[in-house]
Amino acid sequence: MTEIAETPSAPMPSLSTRFEIVPIVLFAAFAAAPLLAAYSGAEGYVLSLLTRVMIFGIAAMALDLILGYGALVSFGHAAFLGLGGYAVGILASHGIEDALVQIPVALAASALFALVTGAISLRTKGVYFIMITLAFGQMLYFLATSLAAYGGDDGMTLSSRSLLAGTGVLKNDFTFYWVCLLCLLGAYAFSRSVVASRFGRVLRGTRENSIRMEAIGFQPFRFQLAAYVLSGMLAGLAGCLLANQAEFVSPAFMTWQRSGELIFMVVLGGLGSLHGAVIGAAAFLLLEEFLPEILHSLSFFLSEEARSHLAENWKMVFGPLLILIVLFVRGGIMGLLRRPHHG
Amino acid sequence: MNATLLFVQALNGLQFGLILFLIAAGLTLVFGVMDFINLAHGVQYMVGAYLVAAFSAWTGSFGWALLLALPSALAFGLLLEVLVFRHLYDRDHLDQVLATFGVILFLNQGVKFVWGAAPLSVPVPDLLSGSVEIASGLLYPVYRLAIIAAGLVVAALLYVLVNHTRVGMLVRAGASNAAMVSALGVNIQRLFMIVFGFGAMLAGFAGAMVAPILSVEPGMGDNILILAFVVIVIGGIGSIRGAFLAALLIGLVDTVGRSFAPNLLRLVLDPAAASQTGRAIAPMLIYIFMAAVLFFRPSGLFPVKR
Amino acid sequence: MKVTIKTLGLAAAVGLAAAPAMAQEKLKVGLLLTLSGPSAVLGQHARDGFQLAVKDLGGKLGGRDVEVIVVDDELKPDVAVTKVKGLLERDKVDFVVGPIFSNVAVATQKPIVDAKTFYISVNAGPSNLAGKSCSPYFFATSYQNDQNHEVLGKVAQDRGYKKVYLLAPNYQAGKDALAGFKRHYKGEIVEESYIPLNTLDFQSELAKIASMQPDAIFTFMPGGMGVNLVKQYRAAGLADRIPFLSAFTVDETNLPAQQDAAIGMLSGSNWAPNMDNPANKKFVAAYEAAYNTVPASYAMHSYDAALLIDSALKATGGKTDDKEALRAAIKKADFKSLRGDFKFGANGFPIQDFYLVKAAKRADGKLETEIVEKVFDDYADAYAKECTATN
Repeated sequence: MTEIAETPSAPMPSLSTRFEIVPIVLFAAFAAAPLLAAYSGAEGYVLSLLTRVMIFGIAAMALDLILGYGALVSFGHAAFLGLGGYAVGILASHGIEDALVQIPVALAASALFALVTGAISLRTKGVYFIMITLAFGQMLYFLATSLAAYGGDDGMTLSSRSLLAGTGVLKNDFTFYWVCLLCLLGAYAFSRSVVASRFGRVLRGTRENSIRMEAIGFQPFRFQLAAYVLSGMLAGLAGCLLANQAEFVSPAFMTWQRSGELIFMVVLGGLGSLHGAVIGAAAFLLLEEFLPEILHSLSFFLSEEARSHLAENWKMVFGPLLILIVLFVRGGIMGLLRRPHHG
Repeated sequence: MNATLLFVQALNGLQFGLILFLIAAGLTLVFGVMDFINLAHGVQYMVGAYLVAAFSAWTGSFGWALLLALPSALAFGLLLEVLVFRHLYDRDHLDQVLATFGVILFLNQGVKFVWGAAPLSVPVPDLLSGSVEIASGLLYPVYRLAIIAAGLVVAALLYVLVNHTRVGMLVRAGASNAAMVSALGVNIQRLFMIVFGFGAMLAGFAGAMVAPILSVEPGMGDNILILAFVVIVIGGIGSIRGAFLAALLIGLVDTVGRSFAPNLLRLVLDPAAASQTGRAIAPMLIYIFMAAVLFFRPSGLFPVKR
Repeated sequence: MKVTIKTLGLAAAVGLAAAPAMAQEKLKVGLLLTLSGPSAVLGQHARDGFQLAVKDLGGKLGGRDVEVIVVDDELKPDVAVTKVKGLLERDKVDFVVGPIFSNVAVATQKPIVDAKTFYISVNAGPSNLAGKSCSPYFFATSYQNDQNHEVLGKVAQDRGYKKVYLLAPNYQAGKDALAGFKRHYKGEIVEESYIPLNTLDFQSELAKIASMQPDAIFTFMPGGMGVNLVKQYRAAGLADRIPFLSAFTVDETNLPAQQDAAIGMLSGSNWAPNMDNPANKKFVAAYEAAYNTVPASYAMHSYDAALLIDSALKATGGKTDDKEALRAAIKKADFKSLRGDFKFGANGFPIQDFYLVKAAKRADGKLETEIVEKVFDDYADAYAKECTATN
């Protein structure tokens, strides 16, 4: 009962021995996308959508690090998106526009927030952990809405994207796309090395049986807290990028609904594989973006009025779709992809 | 801050707390007995409110509407149980969260599809529409007193039901150890259905009771759901007694704290800063309260023995 | 995802190939509105108003066939930004009409005006977009956010109310509302109360109001909060003793739920359904026939937005590529607004009349707001002077 995410489907990573096709295809697709975008006639839109997918991919991956590998369900992870975003926004409004300053500040702020709230939250387990992380997320949300000097509830527009070492290269959508892809790859490589390390094995050990880990001389609390801080920092990085992508920061970045969406991305993609979280983020955001249109074009046999009615009520299809995925596709999208390999 | 105002605010807190309790009671039982996280519990509250709105428009009487809405809410809850939830009991919590979130999306949009996006209203029943004067110039609506009375009656009934009947005994046993109850030959499937339907009806009852004073609109269950989770976590999952106490505490902390936080801060800060800080802190109060409770009692105030 | 890009590319290619074949391409208008969540009803009024206008104009704006693309911003500013980029670059819209909420307007103004596309707000009028962040590509057929509140401040001042109790949700628009009220009201403010957003129960506020006995209360309580407050205010027996002044609280989106509890309550507005001119009568009747509800000002603003686009395109001969000419044509506002007098100020916000309105029951039993008196004549907003970008 206390273990919230019993994840029989989570694979032991054996990246050194086995050639993994899914992440390679995934990242190759991201790398190829800008070329295709140029031919789509709407490259700014395609780039901005995919940039958003990658940013939420980083955030979902950050969550997967503690959720998939540590069974720690944080229901307040959007707070880190907000911290990263507000670090960019607040510094920029005081004239500090360089990402080389903003990002370290954002990471430090996220780390500090994660350290303090993690130390308190990790005293609890299971659903109590879910709720206490929600509580901290909500506190930060309400704090942001009360920051009248920084737009309060309405949020604030950034006058432009951050500078990079004094240059405005990020203002170009392509460059920004590549920077986000680099961040995603970097975050992925970093997370993989973390979960493959001794640290990661201890973390997984505490997921399976924390008492046993304690008996063989590890302190689960320390490992979990360290993982929580790392995860918070990665999500903070995603927040910096998100602020730059939208050129806008607002408390809406850190509502509890957003935290919930991050969890859904991870579960949808499949727990405990890191790239599964990225796939989940992509599936979630692309469905949100295109489901109305897909419904509209699939229902060509209906009258125009009924079609637009259907498109407007796309959530009535999205909801049952989620239920069906849970009921019939165990282990999320990664579970679906993995099935053929196993016979 | 005078005594009358404090008294009125305490009454308001009590009323809010009792509504929270009606919702949290079902949630904590379903969670405790079936180990099932039901995010869709909040939409059952919304469905209760919509049902009473539809029936009162049809019959023209709140009493009849309530009588019709309760069995309908029960039937609706059981329908969801059979269609969706039953297939989720043996899944892990994350699957349950995802699937029940799907139910929320569907039903929030669904009520809009059926009844439109504009908020609906239910007239206060004539019998309870007046106000009583509880101090000079200070009127308190009778209907709110009726909510308090109804909440207390339901809480008392629930207490008797859980503590002094055979079903209640099974529920308590199920909250402690469902596998053992099942092994003893109890039809656990039927017990689950009873608990689930009952919880759904309680939430529907809460929705029906607030319909005359609150606007009935899509998504009205989402925020109250989070508060109900706060309540059951503070109370200790599976504990009706804990849910009752925690609901009243949250009701009071939220209502009274919101009115008096600025006044209290004025003791240590200058008025402008106090009002500014009070405004920032007031919405955080219940979350600060929850974090504090969980810091000292990581399994809530009344953890169910396992 | 690769599939998506390919289909997009394909769609674009087909679009390009098809374009020269047609004599004149369809005009594309993107409606960016909040159509899900509790506030969806506001977006519906705006959408229906616009589509009614297009229907009334025979499916054409400025003589060109029009395609209206409706997107839901979900009231999430960052989602709105992505959807706007889709409208601009994929659908290649000529105009963006919307949004309802100020935070969406603030977030989406930059990408839209950066793409040199005209953005016509049908409700949101945040102060910075009227003032220092104004743009030659941003127009509003609504108002600056403060103005409806200013109406009530003026009324409270003129009626000689000595003590007023202010109540608003604790967020930016709430603070702006009270600031707007105070611009013309100089009497004593006994309490400036901010309650958490999405408060359901106002009983504790009502208790405070009853104990303070002000001459009037002023509040800004949009959506479901307004429904709750009005019903509870009436139930507490305060409605007959302390005048209830409000903005965006008692309007046609909320009246169906507030019912008789709202009758007699005062609001500020730039229009009311009973406004006495033939075009407006026709509009209200047609809207009620089509959508079975009394239109709110959101519907009127977006009906006007369609008329505005129509008038501007007629002036340019249907052309949208000469931005300067199109802007000059928009700025002229050469159309007959449903509300009567209408012209644009230098910042792209209207100069118009404002009225005190009162909720009333019509002979057919439906509720609407009705005009009591004109409060401001040809009234411009307070931020126009901070706007320098449009000259």
